[in-house]
Amino acid sequence: MLDDKDRIFRNLYGQGDWGLEGARARGAWDGTKAILEKGRDAIVNEMKASGLRGRGGAGFPTGLKWSFMPKQSDGRPHYLVVNADESEPGTCKDREILRHDPHLLVEGCLIAGFAMGAHTGYIYVRGEFVRERERLQAAVDQAYEAKLIGKDNIHGFDFDLYVHHGAGAYICGEEMALLESLEGKKGMPRLKPPFPANVGLYGCPTTVNNVETIAVAPDIMRRGAAWFAGIGRPNNTGTKLFCISGHVLKPCNVEEAMGVPLRELIERHAGGVRGGWDNLLAVIPGGSSMPLVPAAQCQNLPMDFDALRDLKSALGTAAVIVMDKSTDIVRAMARIAYFYKHESCGQCTPCREGTGWMWRVLMRMADGRAQKREIDMLLEVTQQIEGHTICAFGDGAAWPMQGLIRHFRHEIERRIDAYSANPHTEPVAVAAE
Amino acid sequence: MAPRRLAPADLQPREFAFTAENYNWAKREITKYPEGRQASAVIPLLWRAQQQAGGWTPEAAIRYVADFLGMAHIRVLEIATFYTMFNLEPVGKFHVQLCGTTPCMLRGAEDLKATCKRMIGEEQHVSADGKFSWIEVECLGACVNAPAVQINDDFYEDLTPESFAHVLDELAAGNQPQPGPQIDRQLSAPIGGPTTLTSMTKAD
Repeated sequence: MLDDKDRIFRNLYGQGDWGLEGARARGAWDGTKAILEKGRDAIVNEMKASGLRGRGGAGFPTGLKWSFMPKQSDGRPHYLVVNADESEPGTCKDREILRHDPHLLVEGCLIAGFAMGAHTGYIYVRGEFVRERERLQAAVDQAYEAKLIGKDNIHGFDFDLYVHHGAGAYICGEEMALLESLEGKKGMPRLKPPFPANVGLYGCPTTVNNVETIAVAPDIMRRGAAWFAGIGRPNNTGTKLFCISGHVLKPCNVEEAMGVPLRELIERHAGGVRGGWDNLLAVIPGGSSMPLVPAAQCQNLPMDFDALRDLKSALGTAAVIVMDKSTDIVRAMARIAYFYKHESCGQCTPCREGTGWMWRVLMRMADGRAQKREIDMLLEVTQQIEGHTICAFGDGAAWPMQGLIRHFRHEIERRIDAYSANPHTEPVAVAAE
Repeated sequence: MAPRRLAPADLQPREFAFTAENYNWAKREITKYPEGRQASAVIPLLWRAQQQAGGWTPEAAIRYVADFLGMAHIRVLEIATFYTMFNLEPVGKFHVQLCGTTPCMLRGAEDLKATCKRMIGEEQHVSADGKFSWIEVECLGACVNAPAVQINDDFYEDLTPESFAHVLDELAAGNQPQPGPQIDRQLSAPIGGPTTLTSMTKAD
């Protein structure tokens, strides 16, 4: 288990003081000026050496992302945008940072802003997090008051930080939709390229990072890249906030080393699967967009990017949704399909039409009111959505359905058999509309 | 996505204008964004307008915010219909947003829906006394404290049909129940106490 001294979020559960004094006592804002004095390149190189990969789901190397920003401004301002639009089902880690350790985020914004020549930062908080937003704003105000950020601050790098909010659209967690939303438009993703590092917010160079990614940066700079890289394994380094929800006895958030075995995560921290380990049916390892992993593959599963990729799933946001054998797996996945139907922005036809289609077919399959050949048709439709939309939302809607068919085709077939074995007045429906 | 329409004309107030306090707040809010980019403030301003209008967004407020920011009315109408936290019809004094997505569903959100139907009535209808309305929403982001509901600005977590009914009863009686987990638990820490950070909490 990760040592307490190696944890970054030492007020994860809000037992200590979230404010400036408490944060300082836990080490925040310590030697920030010395970090900035190392210079832009040194900070970016240190982030690269740490091996930190973005914590928002895609796992893109953070140092590399920062290095994409132009070295010299061509007259356009640079922007840092922090994605606090946490809405991936299963994920509730950024919320804890916003309300219990906001100063780590504020300090991280200053360091990241400096490293990319951005004098302005926006933090886009999801609309539902009203109290979290108030807390974050209070921390930003404290930082201004103490001259840690703002004009003529004690760190010698002018940096303004603003808290912005959304109003209930999951799609705004996609970086291009977030930028559109921040410009005052509907959250419909833009095509890439151009990438935000060239043409982002207001047409200016912009980097969008997840809350957790930014909040771990100060500790990496203080303790050194080697410390961070020494946790986990190569390409999967550092600590990570895990959210364990669903059918466990003690659902919780916890910071653990990258690559912690799934079973240890569930049994040591979350009190074990309801009804014991053998009662496990499947887990969704990284938020609802990621394909589920059946119990048979969960025995010795390290929770990191590469191990889960090898199982055709992904670490995503590290939100583990545990399902025991009492779960109606088809209905549980149909509810996820409904989520994507509800949250599709409607811009691309495969996603707008496909998400609703998948949901309707799955709801019939949950009852068994389907033909077996429709299972392959459903699989084919998921493949027609995947990769054929502007943003990754389409992929995220298709993958969980592919995971269901890959591992639980037999369950769908069983229901179809059970339904058709009984006499019904209604004929079995043919293909959906 | 699903079509979202404005409330019928007979429910719409004719006029809307910010109170002096909100007007000044909105003027300050715009300064967060660069010159000429005041449209960025549309969501925060519309949100404030919704709060002023009693929890829902009338058409007059949409027009007012558009004029305030120098935007075409249609652009702000697009915002109000795209973002689901803008309630286009009147809601109760306490508007319950019940999370129904899979992590909450696995832990009993369906039972909470039944409680809503029993105590408040049909979804998206204001109760006869005007106090309550409810809607099923997608993931609230409190999954390790599932099932969760949001009532106005506060989250109520780790609910059972009984504790949820108690929260609603308290609100109806004019009391302010304590938000957060409704069981004995430190926010998102495991029930019974944290398994980590045990050496740190003493130092704080």
